[in-house]
Amino acid sequence: MTRDAPPGFVFGMYQVAARNLIVWRSYLLPSVLGNFGEPLLYLLALGFGLGAIVPEIGGMSYAEFIAPGLIVSTVMYTSTFEATFGTYTRLASQKTFEALLATPITVPEIVAGEVLFCGVKSAFGAASVLTVITLFGLTPSWLALGVIPLGFVAGLMFSSMALVMTAVAKSYEFFNYYFTLLVAPMFLFSGIFFPLDRAPRWASRFAEILPLTHVVRLSRALVRGSPSPALLFDLTVMLAVLAVAYIAAFSLLRSRMKI
Amino acid sequence: MSGAAVEAAVEATALGKRYGELEAVAGIDFRIERGEYFGFLGPNGAGKTSTLRMVQAVSAPSAGRLRVLGLDPVRDGKRVRARLGVCAQDDTLDPDLRVLDNLRVYGRYFPQDARVTAERAEQLIQFLALGEKRMKKIQELSGGMKRRLMVARALINDPELLVLDEPTTGLDPQARHLIWQKLRELRARGVTLLLTTHYMDEAERLCDRLMIMDRGKILAEGAPRALIETHVGREVVELESEAVVEQRIVEGLELARVPSEKRADVRTWFFRERDARVELLVERAREHGARCLVRNATLEDVFLKLTGRELEE
Repeated sequence: MTRDAPPGFVFGMYQVAARNLIVWRSYLLPSVLGNFGEPLLYLLALGFGLGAIVPEIGGMSYAEFIAPGLIVSTVMYTSTFEATFGTYTRLASQKTFEALLATPITVPEIVAGEVLFCGVKSAFGAASVLTVITLFGLTPSWLALGVIPLGFVAGLMFSSMALVMTAVAKSYEFFNYYFTLLVAPMFLFSGIFFPLDRAPRWASRFAEILPLTHVVRLSRALVRGSPSPALLFDLTVMLAVLAVAYIAAFSLLRSRMKI
Repeated sequence: MSGAAVEAAVEATALGKRYGELEAVAGIDFRIERGEYFGFLGPNGAGKTSTLRMVQAVSAPSAGRLRVLGLDPVRDGKRVRARLGVCAQDDTLDPDLRVLDNLRVYGRYFPQDARVTAERAEQLIQFLALGEKRMKKIQELSGGMKRRLMVARALINDPELLVLDEPTTGLDPQARHLIWQKLRELRARGVTLLLTTHYMDEAERLCDRLMIMDRGKILAEGAPRALIETHVGREVVELESEAVVEQRIVEGLELARVPSEKRADVRTWFFRERDARVELLVERAREHGARCLVRNATLEDVFLKLTGRELEE
């Protein structure tokens, strides 16, 4: 037998991600437009519009203050949309995974491949927004390039969290809960638009339990070029959330896909 | 197929599958030889698809022993699936990809060279007469074309065993015949074929051997013609008449020992061979103005006799 060697886990994970990348390639234009367009609008309306009447925050103009957060909010939305609506479509409506499971591909490889794809897409999103804010002169440090790998890891985390919802979803409407109860609050209360140290105590406490808060801190430190040891805490939180969410998503998806 | 050492394509011993309280497959034995075209027949819920899933190495047996291409599908699932082609009952084509890309991307999931996949994709597009559609979207294909593409996709890894779950359900006659023709052409390549079907004509045309299942058990197994001759004979006579008229028609014909059944107003006799009584029945029916039909026995007669109920479509 010439085909005796079974393909390994990494091969399978890569092929699952590659299938999504191939499909994504055909939607590249609208995808890029979303990646560049939305943060650009926020930057213009809030950064420069609202920013005209907002005083400096810690020596930063308002546009400078919100720019790093816009990078990671794009990451959050990119990976969350993909791992909810995108993955659910492949899992339930299109039966893509059912077809995959008739090949040597396994459930662990599908889950890992989906998350990997979200990470790549997120890193691409981070790079797009980084380009936009750099064109506006809002990127003082070369360390800002670090938001690309940060976007990748944050993308893994947000997609793992979203996959937990996807694994238990019965319809697309179900995702409204997740977007309204978690994603939107994260966008507004994670220190993208106002400094948490000057916010009321309840707000800053609440922000600490939102995973995005820690990613925003890491992003701001990279873009400003001001890393500090305190960021190790934020990094640890991000990795811990990633690990817990991934394990939860994996076990739920495995029981859902089991025949 | 010479010598005892030849490994079976599929070998099941006391194979069982249980979903909670439901015993879907109740300890069945069967053996499919290499190169054989083998069919699973049975009404819905007979255990066909459950058995198929175990053979496909996507669901684990609850009991018994199963070998597929000489391997244990539980321990060597990946290896088994790498050598299998599967055409599911539902459309599982990738609507995000065009016709040709459906084949090329699917090929990526198997341990084979991209160049080999690309060549094979082109050949399969030709083989299944999808040449004009190669750059079309899936949504633009008719039901028959989709099914042909499903078959093409199942062949992308040059499988040793091709598994088809109701390959022509819901297709029009032209589309069904085209699929049958292609499946016959595959014989020359030495592929082993395992299919489930509701259609008796499909089973009769395609299968060397088949087994009829019901409620998780095997009711009969053999070549289509042999099954027909063993279980119903060659000649079937159907008489449509009221009971009183029927009595007058059959009087003195000595039909007591000919197996028969009555459903609604139709009496059906199963004759081993055509004999004088058949001619007499036809003649008397004409005299009494009753409808009488003489026909060859079919697999459907076997099926209905064994399962005792109509096929559910």
